[in-house]
Amino acid sequence: MTGRVEVVRAGALTTVQDAGRGGWAHLGVPRSGALDAPAHRLANRLAGNPGTAAVLETTVTGCAVRPDRPVVAVVGGAPCRVTVDGRPAAWGAPVRVPAGAVLDAGPAARGLRSYLAFGGGLLPEPVLGSRSADLLSGLGPPPLRDGDVLPLGYATGAPPPVADAVPWPAAPDVVVLPVHLGPRHDWFTDAALRTLTTAAYRVSPQSNRIGLRTEGPALERARTDELPSEGMVFGAVQVPPDGRPVVFLNDHPTTGGYPVVGVVAESALAAAAQAGAGTPVRFVRAGG
Amino acid sequence: MSGEAGAAGAPGAPEAAGTVGGMPERGRGGIAAADAGPGVPETASGGLRVLPAGPGALLVELDRGEHAEALHAELLRRRARGELPAVREIVPGARTVLLDGIADRTPDGRAAFARALVSWEIPPLRRDAVDAVEIPVVYDGPDLADVAAAWGVTADEVPGIHAGTEFRVAFCGFAPGFGYLTGLPAHLRTPRRATPRTRVPAGALALAGPYTGVYPRTSPGGWQIIGRMPGPQELWNPGREPAALLSPGTRVRFVATEARS
Repeated sequence: MTGRVEVVRAGALTTVQDAGRGGWAHLGVPRSGALDAPAHRLANRLAGNPGTAAVLETTVTGCAVRPDRPVVAVVGGAPCRVTVDGRPAAWGAPVRVPAGAVLDAGPAARGLRSYLAFGGGLLPEPVLGSRSADLLSGLGPPPLRDGDVLPLGYATGAPPPVADAVPWPAAPDVVVLPVHLGPRHDWFTDAALRTLTTAAYRVSPQSNRIGLRTEGPALERARTDELPSEGMVFGAVQVPPDGRPVVFLNDHPTTGGYPVVGVVAESALAAAAQAGAGTPVRFVRAGG
Repeated sequence: MSGEAGAAGAPGAPEAAGTVGGMPERGRGGIAAADAGPGVPETASGGLRVLPAGPGALLVELDRGEHAEALHAELLRRRARGELPAVREIVPGARTVLLDGIADRTPDGRAAFARALVSWEIPPLRRDAVDAVEIPVVYDGPDLADVAAAWGVTADEVPGIHAGTEFRVAFCGFAPGFGYLTGLPAHLRTPRRATPRTRVPAGALALAGPYTGVYPRTSPGGWQIIGRMPGPQELWNPGREPAALLSPGTRVRFVATEARS
């Protein structure tokens, strides 16, 4: 049975996200997709979906929705209070939401972004093979507003049996980012490279789906000429003229003209995307 | 479309050897000099080097933009023939090609890929291999006089020179559908505007440095506007196949047209 989900409370920034829009970077199209990819996959699995199904990604304040058919929903990622028509319900586990009931994912108690997966998945129109909202270039469904309605897919059956304890990673107290130096570490002084891996940085409130901005000591350039635009990877640590490293997240531009001192291991980026403003950040040298 | 694009050369915004797998990789092969296009010295070598870009990517850098375009064309040929190790993205830049999403993420796998790349003999770019996309342009932009001054010609001469040039999409970025087009001779470089405009209309045909571009949608911009393309929605339509009118390698010719009422 297909159906629809009505947005009752859109929250500060709630978007539809799936596994992203890979393969189009040469046209200037960001990869997009859920920032906390493991949480996205786990929420889908617990809802009985393929790991790539489209879900809602909230930001700090959560959101509330009303499905028009009975649906199994999972709220995971950043822990939050979950209610169904005002009654407390489980976080991080399948919840049965009756037709017309309001599923409310409250403000994040830790971390930033909760994920709401629905059995059958959300089915807004795909763009270049993905239903993800891309906030850099505006592809995919726009951020939700109160009253929006999203199509809900056909639920294929009962969700899989749930283990007694499902390990949702906790939002970090300190974000540790292993950095592989290059491609442009030689555009920085030796002192700057030491600073990068020894100094205390913090998550800047200017961070968003495009990048994790940092506050901390500026990295001094050894070369001050202009870098011709070049391709940028997920996790690239780009250093703009103010010298404060920016770690590129899912909606990052595909080319850029500021030097990339290093690249953060992809496995560390989900935790980075759950770190709120002021969280300490430590860049460490990655092996290999 | 954001300050975070961080592209100093982007239309909207203002060397120690790299190592791969511990070994510096510098080109021994390279790009043949013949027919590489105007202004390329006979002795040109691609100067190809491979820089690390994390566990899943390699950034291949060349001495000149033409060489990067030639490498990009060769990568696409080899991928079409099934001779390229699996990669998710091949992203050309001004003087680079990024190979991202390399399936073999091991240090040995990357190093082997890098060694293969530097051994390639890369044929020079052929600018006459495929038909050109024709883009109609009304040459009535507000910066025609400034561009003419930079080129040392009169404003009346700019459209003829521009429309008489065969362009090629060197790379894309800034926004989906925006291509950085090369083809103007080296002495016809255009400085960016001292003060960027807060609003450049969709379809604006603009120049900066060695590049020509057409804004696929309204955005801030610092390039010099010499004309406009009627119907700029043709540039980018994700519901169409292909979504982008201009993708890397596409040949482009601008056709002067009269203003439509």
